[in-house]
Amino acid sequence: MPDGVAHHPALAHHFEDLDQQREAATLGMWVFLVTEVLFFGGLFATYLVYRSWYPEAFAEASHHLDIVLGTINTIVLITSSLTMALAVHAAQTNRRQLVFVFLVSTMALGATFLGIKGVEYFHKFEEQLIPGSNFEFEAQYFQHAQLFLSLYFVMTGLHALHMIIGLGIMTWMLAWTWNGTITDAYHSPIEISGLYWHFVDIVWIFLFPLLYLIGRH
Amino acid sequence: MSEHIVPTRIYYVIFGLLILCTYLTVQAAFIDLGALNTLVALGIALFKATLVVLFFMHVKYSTKLTWAVVVGSVFWFGILLALTYGDYITRSWRTYG
Repeated sequence: MPDGVAHHPALAHHFEDLDQQREAATLGMWVFLVTEVLFFGGLFATYLVYRSWYPEAFAEASHHLDIVLGTINTIVLITSSLTMALAVHAAQTNRRQLVFVFLVSTMALGATFLGIKGVEYFHKFEEQLIPGSNFEFEAQYFQHAQLFLSLYFVMTGLHALHMIIGLGIMTWMLAWTWNGTITDAYHSPIEISGLYWHFVDIVWIFLFPLLYLIGRH
Repeated sequence: MSEHIVPTRIYYVIFGLLILCTYLTVQAAFIDLGALNTLVALGIALFKATLVVLFFMHVKYSTKLTWAVVVGSVFWFGILLALTYGDYITRSWRTYG
């Protein structure tokens, strides 16, 4: 950009133009998501090894998860991904009110997911399925069912933590939409927040069959 | 390259497919397919994830560099799984020797 030429107020000076700025933001977010894939990947690898070692105990312990609540939560989360995609679309086409509506819908669905998750955790507590000194299970699978339930709590807990962070990001995006930081020329923050939210959805897409659906027949 | 704006119609179609796949994966879980149960469940999950990545996350319309990063994440995750699993399943082999 030559001196003295006015540039777009949303364009940071180290970028050539708005397109390059937007692509850099998207790429940066994807690089972060790679680290997230490997972060969750360690847990998936642990799951793979223990499930292949103790398939009967894993199937037996999986039967204690609530398949109805799990399925409802899967649908809630997929719907929140749809409203998130629509929020990004509204930002791209510069319809501020719709951005608000869809961001708030996404947050409401996210909160619903967490509420249902909380109910499930509470049931596990009541049924004494929390690994530790009060754990109760058939003697045959007592040890290895605890491995499954430990993985269940750590994986869904880490996933839930990501959703809570996601709700924080959405609040931030609502504020930026409100104060006019987000415009049709500068909506990368909404776009990359969407990438994060969809990533969290993808993690659940794999957690649901691996935790809830094994050995059901 | 200017921004590609995906028509909302596509989002609704993808949403419909994701819900359909969720229904199918729950139904399939109650049919006894032996070892295939896990493969079917993972296959459906992989298909759902691909739809989300390509359309909701706009990778279908993204730069080649973004593609490389996305494929890279799957590749490194594959290494993580293959080497870890390769280690663990071969540990017991010694006892049969």
